[in-house]
Amino acid sequence: MSGFSDNIMRLSGRMLSQYPAQRDWDGKLTMAPHPGIIPTFSIVTLSDNVPEQEIMKWNGWGYSDSKFLYNKKGQAEFTGKRYRLSGMIIPGLREWMESTFSANLQHKTPAAPILNSSAVQPPTLNEAFLKELKSTGIPFSHDAEDRVFRSHGHCLHEIFALREGKIGRVPDLVVWPNCHNDVVKIVELACKHNVCLIPYGGGTSVSSALECPPEETRSIVSLDTSQMNRILWIDEKNLTAHVEAGIVGQDLERLLNESGYCTGHEPDSMEFSSLGGWVATRASGMKKNIYGNIEDLVVHIKMVTPRGVIEKSCQGPRMSTGPDVHHFIMGSEGTLGVVTEVTMKIRPMPEYQKYGSVVFPNFEMGVACLREVARQRCAPASIRLMDNEQFKFGHALKPQVSSIFTSFLDGLKKFYITKFKGFDPNRLCVATLLFEGDREKVLQHEKQVYDIAAKFGGLAAGEDNGQRGYMLTFVIAYLRDLGMDYYVIGESFETSMPWDRVLDICRNVKARIVRECKDKGVQFPPLSTCRVTQTYDAGACVYFYFAFNYRGLSDPVHVYEQVEHAAREEILANGGSLSHHHGVGKLRKEWMRESISSVGMGMLKSVKDYVDPNNIFGNRNLL
Amino acid sequence: MHIKVKLAYFENENDNSSFFPHSWLNYKKKRDDFEDMLEERRNSSDLRYALKCYTPVLYKGLTPCKVSELKQMVLQSDQLGYVITQVSKEKGVTSDEVTGEAAAILEEMAQRLQLSTVRFFAFTLSKVFKTLFRSICINEEGLQRLQQAIHNHPVVLLPSHRSYMDFLLMSYILYTYDLALPVIAAGMDFMGMKVVGEMLRMSGAFFIRRSFGGDKLYWAVFSEYVKIMLKNGYAPVEFFLEGTRSRTAKSLTPKLGLLNIVMDPFLKGEVFDISLVPVSISYERTLEEALYARELLGVPKPKESTSGLFKARKILSEDYGSIHVYFGQPVSVRSLAESRVNRSQFNLIPRHIPTRPSEEILSFVNDSAYRLVRAQEENMVLKPWVLLAFVLLQKQAAEEKQGTALDELTEQAVWLRDLSRQYGAFLHWPDHIPPSEVVSSSLSLHRGLVRISEGRAVVILSCASYRNQALNVFIRPALLASAIHTAASNRKQEIYNSFSFLRNMFSNEFILCPGATVQDFEEACYLLVKTGTLQINQQEVLITERGHRTLAFLTSVLDPFLQGYQVVCRFLCEQDGLTEKQFIPAVRKFIIKHLLTGSLLKCRLRYTEVLSSDLQKNALAALIRLGAVQKIKGYVGFTHLHVHNKVETTKLLFIYF
Repeated sequence: MSGFSDNIMRLSGRMLSQYPAQRDWDGKLTMAPHPGIIPTFSIVTLSDNVPEQEIMKWNGWGYSDSKFLYNKKGQAEFTGKRYRLSGMIIPGLREWMESTFSANLQHKTPAAPILNSSAVQPPTLNEAFLKELKSTGIPFSHDAEDRVFRSHGHCLHEIFALREGKIGRVPDLVVWPNCHNDVVKIVELACKHNVCLIPYGGGTSVSSALECPPEETRSIVSLDTSQMNRILWIDEKNLTAHVEAGIVGQDLERLLNESGYCTGHEPDSMEFSSLGGWVATRASGMKKNIYGNIEDLVVHIKMVTPRGVIEKSCQGPRMSTGPDVHHFIMGSEGTLGVVTEVTMKIRPMPEYQKYGSVVFPNFEMGVACLREVARQRCAPASIRLMDNEQFKFGHALKPQVSSIFTSFLDGLKKFYITKFKGFDPNRLCVATLLFEGDREKVLQHEKQVYDIAAKFGGLAAGEDNGQRGYMLTFVIAYLRDLGMDYYVIGESFETSMPWDRVLDICRNVKARIVRECKDKGVQFPPLSTCRVTQTYDAGACVYFYFAFNYRGLSDPVHVYEQVEHAAREEILANGGSLSHHHGVGKLRKEWMRESISSVGMGMLKSVKDYVDPNNIFGNRNLL
Repeated sequence: MHIKVKLAYFENENDNSSFFPHSWLNYKKKRDDFEDMLEERRNSSDLRYALKCYTPVLYKGLTPCKVSELKQMVLQSDQLGYVITQVSKEKGVTSDEVTGEAAAILEEMAQRLQLSTVRFFAFTLSKVFKTLFRSICINEEGLQRLQQAIHNHPVVLLPSHRSYMDFLLMSYILYTYDLALPVIAAGMDFMGMKVVGEMLRMSGAFFIRRSFGGDKLYWAVFSEYVKIMLKNGYAPVEFFLEGTRSRTAKSLTPKLGLLNIVMDPFLKGEVFDISLVPVSISYERTLEEALYARELLGVPKPKESTSGLFKARKILSEDYGSIHVYFGQPVSVRSLAESRVNRSQFNLIPRHIPTRPSEEILSFVNDSAYRLVRAQEENMVLKPWVLLAFVLLQKQAAEEKQGTALDELTEQAVWLRDLSRQYGAFLHWPDHIPPSEVVSSSLSLHRGLVRISEGRAVVILSCASYRNQALNVFIRPALLASAIHTAASNRKQEIYNSFSFLRNMFSNEFILCPGATVQDFEEACYLLVKTGTLQINQQEVLITERGHRTLAFLTSVLDPFLQGYQVVCRFLCEQDGLTEKQFIPAVRKFIIKHLLTGSLLKCRLRYTEVLSSDLQKNALAALIRLGAVQKIKGYVGFTHLHVHNKVETTKLLFIYF
């Protein structure tokens, strides 16, 4: 242990604390919590000196205390206290896993329990850089755990390797700037000493963006923005807030809520992902229909580049000053610099929030309904359509009857017996809805949407069903870790496409996945499912989920990657985009040229060449 | 009297189920066994069979719909809507009028598949088939594959086309084996047969005009109708790649229009995949045998009519031997297109707007079509008579007048049998019967052709059409043999050049996949080396001692065609220009004149079959393609035939005379 560790212990902990949003359970909201997380007062009050990696898993998704497991009775349960599902038994999950994947509780593939520091390559340190860095007083560390923790995102291959205890190239050093000026100093030093910088926000990347390029010979420094997590000011006249870019989604919402505001930006990863990360990847939030995507929310961006700081001179709501330089920054994926401060639009918190759900006889009708809703421009805050497989999956995740869920279950049963008649349980699909606003308008809006749905054979299926759908968004990521304990690997990926191609892409990509699995020797039929998660005037965003039982395969990750590759080829061949909001990273950059044309690539390259001629921001994403 | 045909073909080692003959090394194909489907018909009630419970496996993605709903879907489709608007603007009429026009086209076109009609056909055809044919042999494994294919993807059935019988036979088989009944693209000619036309419609035929060149609306209705039936998995779509019945029993070069249409839904991502199933139907004796020969000689084809059909019933008293129907390996359009077609080219234009297919797509469809026709050819069953036709025709040409002794004929036939097997022919030669008996029973089935002396062109052409059935087996080696024969030296490069020239020349005549010259050359070399005919080293091609007989045979395979093309060239050289219509009668007159005088230049005109109008048309098409002849507003005029500027084409004339 070096002498720096004192610094680190003091500062590397993130304020992952309480979630004070409150709601009474009959649906009225006093505040807008995000739906998966229950207000908790009793747990985790983090003292300043608990390192992030102790509350967070080092080789899986999310909080260490929250995970799915099979208890001694062989029933699935979700541990911890953070989520609504926490502490509950999920009776249907085991059977679903066994029947969907032919998985077997006897066949376990446990993860390596602790990080073996000796497997981590000793750091390549740039002594001159280090010396000057020390003099700035900015905390840093070259502890193995700190470095490994910041060496990856959450792609399947990254997590799979960690579980097997395999560690590749990791950053040589981690620095924790505390403010914009710290970042300026770090970037200056990096330029001066030719050190490679990789910005790190929440670590939720799913595009291999955080992977250290193995060919990088310079010392790699991970620039962790987690200490830059303050709201610097709120401007109620203009409804904007100026925020440091390291702030994590849930903290941002919580802090704004305290003043009666919200950004409304809720990507599925909002528990962990950071504002800077959103800007760098062109993130999209669940409620973009009301609040917009990140590009709509951002008013002003400050970014530190090797050439200096880039920012606009005013905060006008729209400008005609040549191409918008913000668009060089948004989606730059850490290749140009570090976003340090952002001015965002804020909104008063909605007075009323209501979930809902609609069941359709089949996916085609569901898509037609979503299209009509988009045509009439009356999409609720969120509207998502799950296909039949996901509907069944949602059912498998139904917790054991407890007081909260009893009414839901009863309702569901009744629903099944009466209204479901005529619906083929193997074809029906469900849309989940979230309405927000003032009460009267919400009710009006709700009626409008349900009326449209009825024209497409949709039946209202209750609030609880809808709410559960959104809750699952947050726990589904934990489920992959459970699968990986039992030979099941999987991942999700997304795309966007024009409306007329939604059905074709969904069908073809799902079928392609099944065929590729078969061709690549996967022994059991895979889970291949999708959902429409966002609607636009001219198209939609679709998520695919894909998982399979890899028993009998010698290199499951390679097979996985081949199938995902084929699925992406299929998406592109059918007119889908390379990414709607996950970004390109290194995982998808082979398709960049065909996606944006050679001239487009040249434009981006020339910006990179000007801003960062020595490739200080050398994560090699995107281009 | 029926023979149970159970054939275990081929000593084969590897199951080459992949569609592409990636290399000629996989030349020998494993083929399925046959079952005679008439056997059961002879032993059980036809009526009960016609009324049996029919519950075929359907496409898994099928949304069942009625015939009338189908029409509505076509009329309401975005594709058609777009064209209707366009046409109404161009013609300055209301779109309602154009829609009415479209509805009328659709009315004229649409099938009305009805199970009761199919049952009626099942009953009558059972009776007819049992009278006409000894057996109808089917590879049942192929049907199982087909069933699987129908379940998984929209299916297109692509039978070879040698007889009017083909599509009735297809539906009959599918009905018998409880498979989904197809909808069939049929020529408008059938509509002329009043009652029969309507009955065909009710058994699944839909009728398309032979030509509708610039008619946008017709094209839109037609293509949308086919696509909607295909995409929805309403029924397998059946059509003939060759476009029309081959009068010569040689496969015709494929027509691309319909193939283009059925591939489109895949290319545009509207279905995950489409299965194309080549079906090879081989007749031991074609019903239309003499009819075709007359047609080729210029006797007009009788108009299809119901009364004509009744007059034709005299054929019922004859023995037409057996039919073999081979359902080939389903070909996935997806795998055909894999790494060939960049499907994202359709991303930037709404898919309902009709666009001219790109060069890339056209050449892809063309290649696929050739490969499919080859797949048909490869699974055509050849009867001993086909080989006898070779021998007899060659003898006839060599002026060995009648009186080929039976044992000499047998010896040559056996020799040819072995050769063709080595070349991978799908030969049905009953090995357990002494060859002499095989030969004489073949002769007796075709006594109508063999008995008559050699002077008559009809007979020659009928014979030729049997011989033609096996041409695909020999065509590549024959091209090579002729190339060796013509090349100035035995240098490999020179022989290749000569091969390439001949191949190019004959690519309207035979199924030679575009752009596959090198593969074809290698395939031919491989076969001839393997069978001990040639030795090939780095530079040279040498004929072995025992290779001469094979080479002589192979050269004479191509001879009639070479001579035919030469005659056409000679004829054209003597013309100043004539219309396309005049061409066939004029060239025929020219040939007859020379046949009668017995000479053309210094060379004897040995092959009566050069009278075939099919050959003449192909020759003209080839000359036009090669730029030796120009078509000027419907006139055919020979461009100046100077040796120095049209070397390639005229080479043919000068080398061979």
